[in-house]
Amino acid sequence: MTASRRLLELTAVPRRRQALAVLLGAATVVCGIGLMATAGYLISRAAEHPDVLALTVAIVGVRFFGLTRPIVRYLERLASHDVALRSLARARADAYGRLEPLAPTRLDGYREGDLLARVVTDVDALQNLRLRGVMPPLVALVAGAAAVAVTGVLLPLAAVVLAAGLLLGGVAVPAVAVVLGRRAERRAAAGGRLSAELVETLSGAEELVAYGAAAEALERLRRADAELVGGARRAAFADGAAEGLHLLVLGATVTGVLAVTVQAHTAGRLDRVLIAALALLALAAFESVQPLAQSARELGETLAAGRRILELTDRRPAVTDPAAPAGLPAGRLLLAFEDVRARYAPGEPAALAGLSFRLEPGRKLALVGPSGAGKTTAVALLLRFLDPEAGRVTLGGRDLRELRQEDVRGALAVAGQGSYVFSTSIRENVRLGRPSASDADIASALRRACSWEWVSELPDGWDTLVGEQGGQLSGGQRARLTVARALLADATVLVLDEPTAHLDATTAAQLMDEILDAADGRSVLLITHRPEGLDRMDEIVALAPRPALA
Amino acid sequence: MRSLDRRLVRRARAVRVLLAADVSLGMAAAALVLAQAILLAWIAAHAFDGGSLRSVVFAARGAVAWGFEVAGLRAASSVLSQLRLELVEQRLRAHPAALDGVEAGELAASSVGGLAGLEAYFGRYLPQLVLACLVPLAVLGCAAVIDPVSALVMLVTLPLVPVFMWLIGRFAEERARARWQSLRLLSTRFLDVVRGLPTLRAYNRSGAQREAIAAAGEEYRRATMGTLRVAFLSGSVLELAATLGVALVAVTVGVRLDRGGVGFQAALTVLLLAPELYAPLRRLGTQFHASADGLAVAERLLALLEAAPEARAGGKLVPPSLTAATVVMDGIVFGYPARDRPVLDGFDLTLEPGETVALVGESGAGKSTVARLLLRLADPDGGRLTVGGVDVARCDPELWRSRLAWVAQEPTLFRGTVADNIRLGDPRATAEQVQAAAVLAGAHDFVRLLPYGYDTRVGDGGRQLSAGERRRIALARAFVRDAALVVLDEPTADLDPESAEVVRQAVERLACERTLLVISHRPDLVRSADRALVLAGGKATALAEEVPV
Repeated sequence: MTASRRLLELTAVPRRRQALAVLLGAATVVCGIGLMATAGYLISRAAEHPDVLALTVAIVGVRFFGLTRPIVRYLERLASHDVALRSLARARADAYGRLEPLAPTRLDGYREGDLLARVVTDVDALQNLRLRGVMPPLVALVAGAAAVAVTGVLLPLAAVVLAAGLLLGGVAVPAVAVVLGRRAERRAAAGGRLSAELVETLSGAEELVAYGAAAEALERLRRADAELVGGARRAAFADGAAEGLHLLVLGATVTGVLAVTVQAHTAGRLDRVLIAALALLALAAFESVQPLAQSARELGETLAAGRRILELTDRRPAVTDPAAPAGLPAGRLLLAFEDVRARYAPGEPAALAGLSFRLEPGRKLALVGPSGAGKTTAVALLLRFLDPEAGRVTLGGRDLRELRQEDVRGALAVAGQGSYVFSTSIRENVRLGRPSASDADIASALRRACSWEWVSELPDGWDTLVGEQGGQLSGGQRARLTVARALLADATVLVLDEPTAHLDATTAAQLMDEILDAADGRSVLLITHRPEGLDRMDEIVALAPRPALA
Repeated sequence: MRSLDRRLVRRARAVRVLLAADVSLGMAAAALVLAQAILLAWIAAHAFDGGSLRSVVFAARGAVAWGFEVAGLRAASSVLSQLRLELVEQRLRAHPAALDGVEAGELAASSVGGLAGLEAYFGRYLPQLVLACLVPLAVLGCAAVIDPVSALVMLVTLPLVPVFMWLIGRFAEERARARWQSLRLLSTRFLDVVRGLPTLRAYNRSGAQREAIAAAGEEYRRATMGTLRVAFLSGSVLELAATLGVALVAVTVGVRLDRGGVGFQAALTVLLLAPELYAPLRRLGTQFHASADGLAVAERLLALLEAAPEARAGGKLVPPSLTAATVVMDGIVFGYPARDRPVLDGFDLTLEPGETVALVGESGAGKSTVARLLLRLADPDGGRLTVGGVDVARCDPELWRSRLAWVAQEPTLFRGTVADNIRLGDPRATAEQVQAAAVLAGAHDFVRLLPYGYDTRVGDGGRQLSAGERRRIALARAFVRDAALVVLDEPTADLDPESAEVVRQAVERLACERTLLVISHRPDLVRSADRALVLAGGKATALAEEVPV
């Protein structure tokens, strides 16, 4: 199945809504055609000074089309926006559903900067697929066919001229626009380079001046700027061309229709009153193909965005549930890594090279090591976001690969840096640990995580919004919030993933004490590169740093 | 709705050229509109085949449309280029305090990304504005000559369009904007959920979110459609006014034609002219957004350009060597334009060659300002900065800065390799010198582990480094520069104890044979200094030795 077809499926809307929007769009153009054609007929007929009654039909027609057009157009705008919004809602839910099994190990964004932000922008762009990509050509087709059909009834030769003109205006002109638009894409790349150069020069301005490098930076910037401006100037000639070509084709077509009609009149095959009507009809019919050049150019961008999404959603999940999953034994469970080796993708360097440890129920074990030693990978293996390349991870004596992913994750609760804080209230962030929890349960979890005090001092208490990625909270508060969430989850193993990252030593020591006190009888796996809390561990496993490249 | 900023016309030559081009093109366009209508009517009236004449008119109209677009797009890119280069140059040459509080990212976004807005403004809105002024006048004038009664009908219906446009500007645009804002909000929420997917999966909550996303989208659609029903109404009323105007002209002309009140050719001309009367005004209304966005960008850049004070001319003297000369800040007064009280008010500081001085104080006390003044990134409003008795203001600023090294609190990593970034301190440094500096700065250990070592690309689009790692690269810059006076701004702030210790040791190595000004609130760094000063209320006082820190 081609990418465009799959994208249409991704943004699918009820067929009849799409059809309604297209029909209304075509009706708008037809009303415009009707208005001009009947007006032309009216005047030509009136020039023959007939009885006023003979003009009544034309007068009613002019009034009818004049009144109907704005109303139909209003309905069309509503219908087409409804389609766009429906397709966006569908695309979001669908893209989410496909991304979900990939997170985090198959989504590069998890490890490489903010790729995900682009995915979200790309999904947003898909709303244009139907609004600007699918509907305008369909509208042009229906309205254009109607205009040609009406002309054909009156004078077949004029219909041929009009059809040729509309084809030229609706296919050739957009094609030219697309070809010329490729220059604009190159310009977008130049804009990106200049933008990066600007951010850097402006934010580092003081350092550039202090180190005497300002003149060079300015020179670099001028070059990037000249590249953009030069590209923009060349593109300007091309950009205007579609607009000019459209008018040219329109002019040629109307001229052609006039020539044909005048000739037919001279030959006695056409009533004189129809000359103006047909010419005006042709003029108005071009309204249907006018938006096509613009939409053809936008369609390219939309399809590119769609292909990026497909590229991502086509990835195979890193893990799948077994066909016949084993049950997880009840009660407190032993967790063990048995000489586990892992890498994120074939060909990539090993992320973990032979890790073994046993965490007995109720005991506390720390996994320490510098950054890059594989601590994050160990958590990914534990949560079964990734399967080992060799060795095995077991819970309650069973290999994780024999269990259902949901059962594995239900037995674990992760707190600390690796636990995301959502842009909602404190209460909702904690509730995520166990959605069925009552407010009393949440309050108790916050108390156990030593957070009740600071939370109640906030103006909105636990309804306080924490901001994007918890930005409104301090580092310690964020860590405590994730601990409260993990405590609420009722899991047998508490995984503390760098809970003291970015905290000063005093705060870190205090936080670790509080968390470990709150852990009760749960097994604790502490993953850290810092000394705080290690004195309270039953066992410490050191991860060696990965060997440096040459 | 303001249509053109006078400052923009004054400042940018490209705008003046564009305006001249647009007005002449506009006149040509108006003439062509009339010519086309008259010609078409004449051909229809006389059943005459005037194909070649018409082709010329249409080709000319196409050329005019093309000309408008080209002139506008070229002007937009020239104007924006001029504004952003002026702005950057000013930032680099003049008072850096001028942009105090302005985010570089935001500025870059508007001065590059703003191009689309300005293109729409210059390329579509301005031509439309010119056409909206010229074409209706031409049409009315022509109609008045051909058929005065129709001209009167046109004159009566014409004001309806601007009135409705004003209503749209007042009412619908605000609603539309609010709607797009809530769409952005929905998109941010979606991003939040996608970013948090690992956590949602870890808590077995990812499946439930899918329904939540679908439900939120559906809810948003319903709410938006409610708003749109009202918002589109005003647009439709506007179109109704225009269409009814055409219909009214057509019917009155038709009836009068029938009674012999007007000739066929005149009637047809008027009918053809009628849509041209309303079209430019209506199109102007649809370009409203573009005008607002484009102008906002230009105004923002203009405001920034005009807010900055002029830079003081630098002197020509060669400053004495800092290995022997004492640096003195004497009664310095300095304030930022955006704040009402001066940050430094009678600030004194003496730096003897070879000593390490700590400057402590609460955040916002003006510690970083002292660093800026020392580096002459800003000039004091009062007081003097001297070196060996020579006023630094009379010295060549480039030469003066070349004697200093500075480690900013949040150092910038420029796009390029790690080695390039260290070489900012001394562009002529060899690979060995770069590595030696990195070793001294405690950076070698982590650089070695990077995928390409010193050739690893950092900065925008490159490898992300932690705060501690960035700080160490900036320290290596100071080492490779081998300056006699080094200013360190909060070298250990916000670092975990491990990184802080590495940086602290590097600072101690840096202190050997150099004069050091350390701005810090960390007790360990203050303790190793020869002297400590407290900055409060814009003045410096010696820190009593017995006070525990």
